[in-house]
Amino acid sequence: MSFDLVPTEGDAVLREAPRGGTLRALWSDRLGRAGLLILIVVTIAAIFGPMIWPFDPSAVGESAASILQPPSSAHWLGTDELGRDVFAQFLAGARISLFVGVMATLISTVIGAGFGVLAGYFMGGIDAFLMAITDFFLVIPALPLMIALAAIFGQNLAIVILVIGLLSWPRTARIVRSQTLSLRSRQYVARARSLGATNTRIIRTNIAPHVGQLIVANTILVVAGCILAEATLAFIGLGDPNRISWGSSLHFAFVSGAIGRGAWWYFLPAGLGILTVVLGFTLVGHAFERIENPRLRGGA
Amino acid sequence: MPPLLRRFLLLCASIFAIVTFNFFLFHVIPGDPIRLIARSQHLTPEAVAHLRQVYGLDGSLLTQYVDYLRNLLHGDLGYSYSLQEDVSSIVGRALLNTLLLLTCSTIIVVTAGVGIGVFAGSRVGKKSDSTTVVTSLVLWSLPTFWVGMLLLFTFGVWIGGLPISGITTPNAIYPNVFVVISDVARHLILPTLTLAMVDIAFFIIITRTSLVEVSGEDYMLTARGKGLPRRTLVWKHGFRNALLPVVTASVLYISALVAGAIQVEVVFSWPGMGLLTYNAVLARDYPVLEACFLVISVAVLVANFGADLVYRRLDPRVTVTS
Repeated sequence: MSFDLVPTEGDAVLREAPRGGTLRALWSDRLGRAGLLILIVVTIAAIFGPMIWPFDPSAVGESAASILQPPSSAHWLGTDELGRDVFAQFLAGARISLFVGVMATLISTVIGAGFGVLAGYFMGGIDAFLMAITDFFLVIPALPLMIALAAIFGQNLAIVILVIGLLSWPRTARIVRSQTLSLRSRQYVARARSLGATNTRIIRTNIAPHVGQLIVANTILVVAGCILAEATLAFIGLGDPNRISWGSSLHFAFVSGAIGRGAWWYFLPAGLGILTVVLGFTLVGHAFERIENPRLRGGA
Repeated sequence: MPPLLRRFLLLCASIFAIVTFNFFLFHVIPGDPIRLIARSQHLTPEAVAHLRQVYGLDGSLLTQYVDYLRNLLHGDLGYSYSLQEDVSSIVGRALLNTLLLLTCSTIIVVTAGVGIGVFAGSRVGKKSDSTTVVTSLVLWSLPTFWVGMLLLFTFGVWIGGLPISGITTPNAIYPNVFVVISDVARHLILPTLTLAMVDIAFFIIITRTSLVEVSGEDYMLTARGKGLPRRTLVWKHGFRNALLPVVTASVLYISALVAGAIQVEVVFSWPGMGLLTYNAVLARDYPVLEACFLVISVAVLVANFGADLVYRRLDPRVTVTS
């Protein structure tokens, strides 16, 4: 087949932003721009920060005098209960938190999109079966299950990513399924089929690209959820003990009694880091939703 | 089949699936569960055989499964080796404490959250609306446990004045029941506040979005055209129609509520399911961990079922759940 089948005017309107238009629309949305700026700054800090900052995040202090020191000109954010530099840990933690969030989201999106497209496209028995699994995972409480899985299978970064990714997909599957259902009933899909296109080809060329565009907002919000999930697991003590993330920083701050000792420089930065990044993703995600669904456009 | 019966059968099937899932999760642990339970690599064969029998790990997987189901039906959740007590009685106490915490915070969150959401949603485009939206998004992005840590620092170290740990004052002597209630209530303040602060954002955003969507409907235009007073317009025409999506979304929110409670309980040592789970993780007390997961999941499933019944009442159009 030498020509591409694309949706035309007659096809019950697939609202598509022109290329490059989505980013521009995002930039002109005040909250979206704020979120985008946050994410750019944090990503740069996470990538280059640990290379520039002179302290090793896991280098233990040399004497008792270096323990839980308040911020100074050498240690901008003071030191922790082992005399380690808190700012170095903050920068290293940004890397791990972002990495886990993005990787878990990738897993979740692949599963969610796969389930959604297959269920929505083939309908019938396959749909019922896949959606029964989806609904099951949608209602069972994710955090207790993540805790149980992480406690059983041990703590390292790969397990944490897998556990979070494998439990964050049901909502994506639901959204993708409903989009696929509406896409497959469009005329251009019927035309493609009548021209002899196989299911694989229709899914690849006529369904997947449009679904991909529509789940961007959802995916961005999933990253926010995954970063929070990682922080929570690490706070409970189920993070990778060899990697410093913002969550595990807060775990050690809590367990070592930094709160009672008034060491605010120890437990404020990591929490603010999580808040900032999650807020960044949330702002961008909601801005995308406003762009895709103009009815939500209000003053904000 | 009547839809209600169908929904009930679905609940039973889900609970059965959870029970089975739970069994396999904890009985097909990588490595030998006995070694994990005993936390020792150096056991005599007799000791291993004895432990297998005690923890119901002897026999084939199928007999273990049947035994497990039978014990569950008798309310037997196993024996905790870190607390040296029947798991079912431990879980029973913890569940009540968690329910107390969740009830208090949910009442605040739903009433205040929906109220503020309507306030913002009926003022779209104004400063008060955008301020509410931004504040909600910030609250929504907060890790619950960190909010707890901040309140713990503020009221435990900095200002003081409120109890920051547990459910009652240790070793307190109570002259009468009212003193007990007021003591528990004082202990409830910070955990409830923490949960409410984060969770309220969800209800504000959902209610606002729903109201804004409804405001674009033709019947709202008609109502506005009739010159109805603002209050009637917002609450009677807008809010009542905006409520349904809020209820739908709330159902999905139940598990997030539970996740929040777990974190809050850990921070404030509130003796509920969350703290129990946390301590079980620290002690690698698998029987307790298993029971916690099972009980929380079943509770959430039942809560979902309940919310579904409420939804049917609110919206008579719903006959079959989609």
